[in-house]
Amino acid sequence: MDMLASLLPAGIAVHAPALIVVIPLIMAAVAAFMPKGLWAWGVTLVTAIAVAVLSLNILGQVSTGGVISYAMGGWLPPAGIELRVDMLNVPLLLLVGIVGLLCVIYALPSVADEIAKKQQALFYSAFLVCFAGLLGVTITGDAFNVFVFLEISSISTYTIIAMGAGKDRRALTASYNYLVLGTIGATFFVIGVGFLYMATGTLNIADMAAVLEQNGHDRVTQAAFAFIVVGLGLKAAMFPLHVWLPNAYAFAPNFVTAFLASTATKVAFYALIRFVFSVFHPEVNFVAMSFTWLFAVVGVVAMMVASMQAVFQTDARRLLAYSSVAQVGYMMLGLGMGTAAGLSASMLHLMNHALMKGALFMALGAFALNFGVRRVKDLAGLGQTMPASSAAFTVASLSLVGVPLTVGFTSKWYLVTAALERGWWWAVAALMISSLLALAYVARLLSAIWMETPPAGKAGIAPARRLAPWMVLAPMSLLAFANIYFFFHADPLVGLARAAANAVMGGN
Amino acid sequence: MLEIILERFSYIPIIILMMTGLYVVIATGNLVKRLVGLSLFQTSVFLLYITMGKVFGGQPPIIAGDAHGGDAGHGADAAAGYGAEAAAGHAAETAHHVAEIAYSNPLPHVLILTAIVVGVATLAVGLALVVRIREAYGTIEDDALNAADYSLETGSAE
Repeated sequence: MDMLASLLPAGIAVHAPALIVVIPLIMAAVAAFMPKGLWAWGVTLVTAIAVAVLSLNILGQVSTGGVISYAMGGWLPPAGIELRVDMLNVPLLLLVGIVGLLCVIYALPSVADEIAKKQQALFYSAFLVCFAGLLGVTITGDAFNVFVFLEISSISTYTIIAMGAGKDRRALTASYNYLVLGTIGATFFVIGVGFLYMATGTLNIADMAAVLEQNGHDRVTQAAFAFIVVGLGLKAAMFPLHVWLPNAYAFAPNFVTAFLASTATKVAFYALIRFVFSVFHPEVNFVAMSFTWLFAVVGVVAMMVASMQAVFQTDARRLLAYSSVAQVGYMMLGLGMGTAAGLSASMLHLMNHALMKGALFMALGAFALNFGVRRVKDLAGLGQTMPASSAAFTVASLSLVGVPLTVGFTSKWYLVTAALERGWWWAVAALMISSLLALAYVARLLSAIWMETPPAGKAGIAPARRLAPWMVLAPMSLLAFANIYFFFHADPLVGLARAAANAVMGGN
Repeated sequence: MLEIILERFSYIPIIILMMTGLYVVIATGNLVKRLVGLSLFQTSVFLLYITMGKVFGGQPPIIAGDAHGGDAGHGADAAAGYGAEAAAGHAAETAHHVAEIAYSNPLPHVLILTAIVVGVATLAVGLALVVRIREAYGTIEDDALNAADYSLETGSAE
């Protein structure tokens, strides 16, 4: 950890929390002016590397020196805007930084295939804005800032999802629906923040928590809680509010889907944890009630219904998108337990799910890159024509089911342990049933890939296509390998998840 | 009862606007009208914030200067000119002013400026998407779009 903390010179390290947001934002403008897609990709890659290094450095700083509070522009909190990094948001920063970097490496061949040449530079620019927005939501310690960054990331997300229109025009309607729902969600969130501001007179998250603890809760803060949960729930694809997600993931460019599936909903989920646990205390009556009667219930229903829906999808990416909704359900269930064990299981699953879904969507992107396939039945026989991608896909999908020797098993194990500790047998049963459903939809994909013979005419790959994929294969294999590696070396991720839970639950 | 309502008078138009906007978003099948509803919904929240900043009997939040009638910036200039002693006295005087006058809260207005920018950006992206949808489908009615997509999924299977 000391090594990570001293990764950068002290002068830069002090400003790392600000730089991690500012660099992508400025580079977005630079990328927009690049005359060629390749150059813009270069700018994006440099930015992603910088962000990954900064996030590692921040991890080092927080582990050695404790909570970082960065006063933006020298204005001290609570009046000024504070960037605040503690053990809860460090995992998210790392996740966005590192998975973002892998996705960017993956992006070049994928984007070259899917986006028109003259739009590529602008596409990368929009991606960088989205990247900056997600990092901003994660790192800021100011409630209104969360809204602004949430919208920065969302608005650019709408545009990059709509870029899938080159392959399928339904990307446009998917993006439009996401825009309408996302804006409603963000507006609900901002109403909630407004109510909190009325009740506390401050926008700083830590300060808000302190004032609320002193003044207690009334109907205004209860309304604020409801609005914030609905608003962030929409962004995080909490079960009944997930309708925007399947189409958005199914029709966006492959690179965008891989990136969003492993970061965007995770960041919104983090914001939800931040508000529910840090601003409102989990021991407050109505919050405690919402755990059992809202988050746990919604989580279990999501695990069942969304998994069930996934089984019957014909489009492979839509299938995985429904599975994402189900996986958000697992996280909600962990959150709903309201214990440190539950929350840390939830955080662990958040990170592991990013590893799985990143690899899965990248593999589907690789299939689409070579053969243009999207539907489950079109995956037939890819195990023979694209063995490496298929292997990565297989590992990640087994991880999704929770087969031992993969990280999926680790996080489900922790979830089950936490549920048993709480005495929630029904939750354990739900986890098992949902895992079986996951097995059902994963089996459909895997049997198509490995069992069926490739249709005639697909066996011969055009030679030009064979050159590109190392940039596709490397990040994908790395993520798939991480799915196995972190089963055997679970300590780093489990440690991060535990520290995150302790940071908000206080002690134990 | 009447008193309770009158005290909260400012919320009535806000709630009406909010519900109208949300209803339009849900009820209409026209994509442009839906964006209109969305804007209305957002605007109601802007109003909510603005009314939040109003303090009864509060002045506009501009720190009044001294007898010269200057504003805070002018006061600071003057203080720089007259040296440290004068500056200290001036600061005390300003503090005195602040203590006795109730000001409205300017912060919500600033927040809403940001939120308006966000709203405009959302609306712009939304309208751009509607233009592209019209180009791709030739319609901006939800039913027609669904029908077109449905036929795409079932009819033209390879």
